[in-house]
Amino acid sequence: MTLKKTLIAGVSAASLLCGAASAEISDGVVKIGLMSDMSGTYSDVAGEGAAVAAQMAIEEFGGTVAGAPIEIVTADHQNKADIAANKAREWADTGQVDAFAELVTTSVALAVFEVAKQQNKIALVSGSASSPLTNEACIPTGLHWTYNTRALAVGTGSAIVKEGGDSWYFLTADYAFGEALERDVSAVVEASGGTVLGSAKHPFPASDFSSFILQAQASGAKVIGLANAGADTVNAIKAANEFGVVAAGQKIAGLLVFMPNVKSIGQDVAQGLQMTVSFYWDMDDETRAWSQKFYEKTGKMPTGIQAGTYSSVLHYLKAIEATGTDDTDTVLAKMREMPVEDMFAKGGTLRTDGRMVHDMYLAEVKKPSESEGEWDLLKIVRTIPGEEAYGPLSESTCPTK
Amino acid sequence: MLTDLLGFPPQVLFGQLLLGLINGAFYAVLSLGLAVIFGLLNIVNFAHGALYMLGAFATAGLTTYFGIGYWGALILAPLIVGAIGMLIERFLLRRLSGVDHLYGLLLTFGLALVIEGSFVKLFGSSGLPYAPPPQLMGGVNLGFMFLPWYRGWVVLAAVVMCLVTWYIFEKTKIGAYLRAGTENPKLLQAFGVNVPLLTTLAYGYGVALAAFAGVLAAPITQVSPLMGSNLIIVVFAVVVIGGMGSIMGAIVTGLSMGVIEGLTKVFWPEASATVIFAVMAIVLVLRPAGLFGNAT
Repeated sequence: MTLKKTLIAGVSAASLLCGAASAEISDGVVKIGLMSDMSGTYSDVAGEGAAVAAQMAIEEFGGTVAGAPIEIVTADHQNKADIAANKAREWADTGQVDAFAELVTTSVALAVFEVAKQQNKIALVSGSASSPLTNEACIPTGLHWTYNTRALAVGTGSAIVKEGGDSWYFLTADYAFGEALERDVSAVVEASGGTVLGSAKHPFPASDFSSFILQAQASGAKVIGLANAGADTVNAIKAANEFGVVAAGQKIAGLLVFMPNVKSIGQDVAQGLQMTVSFYWDMDDETRAWSQKFYEKTGKMPTGIQAGTYSSVLHYLKAIEATGTDDTDTVLAKMREMPVEDMFAKGGTLRTDGRMVHDMYLAEVKKPSESEGEWDLLKIVRTIPGEEAYGPLSESTCPTK
Repeated sequence: MLTDLLGFPPQVLFGQLLLGLINGAFYAVLSLGLAVIFGLLNIVNFAHGALYMLGAFATAGLTTYFGIGYWGALILAPLIVGAIGMLIERFLLRRLSGVDHLYGLLLTFGLALVIEGSFVKLFGSSGLPYAPPPQLMGGVNLGFMFLPWYRGWVVLAAVVMCLVTWYIFEKTKIGAYLRAGTENPKLLQAFGVNVPLLTTLAYGYGVALAAFAGVLAAPITQVSPLMGSNLIIVVFAVVVIGGMGSIMGAIVTGLSMGVIEGLTKVFWPEASATVIFAVMAIVLVLRPAGLFGNAT
């Protein structure tokens, strides 16, 4: 074969391959691999409920997109990065999975990012909060949907400084997420003219917070910031209440609190607690209708992580429908081009660093006397515009933005 | 003063010592139950954390469904969970008597996973709220720290329970039977003592101790399905340090490990989760049978 012929054959073969990839659905099925904490501390805020939410997005498409069936597979990563990495690799190599979804716990999201980067698969992160996911740890195909530590800092942190809480002491979960949250909140506090007096790093998970509370009391700070989540936050707030922290004039700032946490703290203890949320079921007719459907399937009202999972999967499927392919780069371009428009986000935009920018909300736990039902727990105090919550793209340190 | 030299005001140090003692009280009651079970049944009871959790859930359940408050639950919850424990011994663990320790360990570990898994499914992982009894709300200012009445009560109740248990096993006739039953069950049976019943009761008692700790913990931590799994490994380390099966060892080690952990939280908070294991490693190297164990 002459050189010319070889070249022609090669080029035509390549063009055939490209054509096949961009005009069709790979393997004839769109498959979403949803990985979450199904049995551990975050299973209430993410877990099975996130899988149900993703399923609801698929049902809206009638189970098919661009003529191909949509499938979902789920796994319990047990909050362990190694389990998550192995599962993601298995799904990508032999399971024909096109995109990963949910991925609560920062260490898990980082592990799946590695696989997604190598295999050029889309990762739709909902449950993990750390802002590094769209900064130094970003990947071109990693999308951070629901919230992040910066938005939590801007929401709760600045609200408390404005009310006069200008000196802070942190109780920080000793892993990537806790550190990111402490760093982001400290930046907001200092930018608003407040000071950070110190912090105590506690093991994750910790069952007893009394001694950390005692150290925070001794610091003399006006505000004790809880840079942790889940059971740790619940236990810390209960201990603070028991040790008379609030009665003695210090304020507790729960920086990442979910509705199920409020229920387990008990509304009488939690009342007045301010928190930043990405979503609340009782905001408008659309959120109420969707949440009611979710409630009928699970017996619980959805958390922001679960609603965000729905939104991310829905937007992913919309992009496939619009382009007629599940090719990663084509779908990604379309996802960035279309505004995110559903019951979770209004006019959300997807930036090149992977951040989905949408409005956040500052909420306050209602007094027991104000609640009309079991799930009537929060009132929205303020809407935080997306740009304010997540900052401009120029602030992002993501190298591939 | 020494404390000033270390850079910490004495108030902080006293406070942490007291808190350590409170946590140590939990370790003592839990490891005491394990020590009783290991000493008399030779079973490494990995279900102990799950049974502790059952004690807390029984407390919350008694209040929610039957209107029985904290004080009633303090008596009833250990009895209920202890009865469940006796059923476990009679129908599951007894079949493993005479085989290697490992089988008992695997069975109880499996049981713990099943119990905890079902509770996560039923109640979710976030847990239920439970308020301390109204009589013990509030607290007292000790000068160096604010001591909630409830925490003070926990130490008192735990220490009394430990001493009662020690007295029963070391000073009474029943205790003598139990110890004889471990040494030579066949001979004791020949004297007309119902050894299998004795074993069932002993397991039930150990489990009831776990449930008792669960009741004490309910108002402090959240009542959640995973509350036991976070604690059980530490408690095992305490038992190993004290000497497997040693009752006094479990009590003394439980309290002192709480204090050591409390001090670590002042000087090096990040290490507070590991310090007990470091002590365990050192003890195992120097005294493999544990501080109070027999070197047989």
